[in-house]
Amino acid sequence: MAVDRHHWFVRLTHWVNAVALVIMIGSGLQIFNAYPMFARRGETFCCYPFAGKPIPHWATFGGWLAGARNWHFAMMWLFVLNGAAYMIFIYLHGEWRDLVPRRGDIRDAREMIKYYLFVRRRHPHQGKHNALQKGAYFALPILAALAVITGLAVWKPVSLAPLTNLMGGYVYARYWHFLVMLALVVLSVVHIFMIFTVDPYSIRSIVTGKYNPERAPELRDGRPFYHLVRRERSDADAET
Amino acid sequence: MQRRDFLTATGGITTAWLLAACGSRGPKGADKLLKYAMRKNETLERGLFRHTSMDSPSSRWRNAGTALPKYYISDTVPVWDPAVRGTWTLEVSGLVKNPLTLTMDMLQKLPRITQRVNHFCVEGWTAVETWTGCRMSDLARAAGATPDAHYVDFQSFDNDYHESWDIESAMHPQTLICYGLDGRMLEAGHGAPARLFSPVKLGYKNTKYLTKIVFMPKRNGGYWSDQGYEWYAGT
Repeated sequence: MAVDRHHWFVRLTHWVNAVALVIMIGSGLQIFNAYPMFARRGETFCCYPFAGKPIPHWATFGGWLAGARNWHFAMMWLFVLNGAAYMIFIYLHGEWRDLVPRRGDIRDAREMIKYYLFVRRRHPHQGKHNALQKGAYFALPILAALAVITGLAVWKPVSLAPLTNLMGGYVYARYWHFLVMLALVVLSVVHIFMIFTVDPYSIRSIVTGKYNPERAPELRDGRPFYHLVRRERSDADAET
Repeated sequence: MQRRDFLTATGGITTAWLLAACGSRGPKGADKLLKYAMRKNETLERGLFRHTSMDSPSSRWRNAGTALPKYYISDTVPVWDPAVRGTWTLEVSGLVKNPLTLTMDMLQKLPRITQRVNHFCVEGWTAVETWTGCRMSDLARAAGATPDAHYVDFQSFDNDYHESWDIESAMHPQTLICYGLDGRMLEAGHGAPARLFSPVKLGYKNTKYLTKIVFMPKRNGGYWSDQGYEWYAGT
């Protein structure tokens, strides 16, 4: 019995964002490869152990420095406008209620971690998203906003000098921009991993909007890969 | 369609799309769109530009000194040889009331500015240096640039390298025609006898080995701008 889960506008902005983010990251890494370190000329930089090592070609987009810059500075508008449209929509339409942190979320998140680590036996009760998922989805727009702000500081270090100085100057603005990108990559990779290993049925909901609540992870012992494991029903299972 | 087929198809298409995108330049058809975005960005950047927005590196940051890369497009360091080319002069012409032909002596008689600023390279590195020279705005005043001069071309003897600028950026108080670097006369590796230097544009806009400054009604591109790098390249 399928129910409506994601509004078409949320689905549209999700996929536009997926494309925009992949292009922003790929072209950003291509730009980074023109100088794959952070130190100012004549100085050293404290906190980047891979200085001088370029990002592998397969992770880049744009082909060459100018090509990547042109993509980066064009796609940033799609990224920003699409993100803004999504934020305005969830604010007006009410989806923000499923994402905004509430009292008890930290405890629930701790319970989810215990569950994933087999410390806790049963899946904690959840709403639309589990507490960890909710935290991740709440963090994404914040990280995206930070990516835009640090990006502006790198793009316009003289016109927006106060912003760049606030971040510790151009070198650090570039570093924060890089770290925010890394955080977005980590969250996205975990997101995709969990989608395929815990709740592949949710792919349907972000494409057609429909979701079958009977297949919710909460109802079928939704640890990573558990849906693939064919298990004999035991008395212990029957209890849960 | 079965759920399993759908999942396989979605996964397959996404993977194929990602693999196709890997390391690529992107679809050729997007070029028009990218050019459109570049024009729109330029409008925004010119709107943000202020003569009061100045670059001022922190005193804690070290000057690059010898770590400042030497760069030119000729095969070897371009050196002005007076025995071959005669005395070096800087020609200021185009939309000006009194065209100038400046010798190094005359250039150094213009009000002298020494400024410690960032060099922003398109590649992503920066270098702090102390530059000495005269303001481009003083030079424009001396030559009597006319109001219809909306662009300026900076030309060199480095294999015809040149880059044209919008007049607003050229008239920024930190845009200098430099003949000194770190308290010494400019060396051949950094653009001697004189070069353009400003923190308000990316490095490639700052023509070295200057020979001519031409005020123009229209822009005329530049060495890197003609190869796909953005023409405005403001910081």
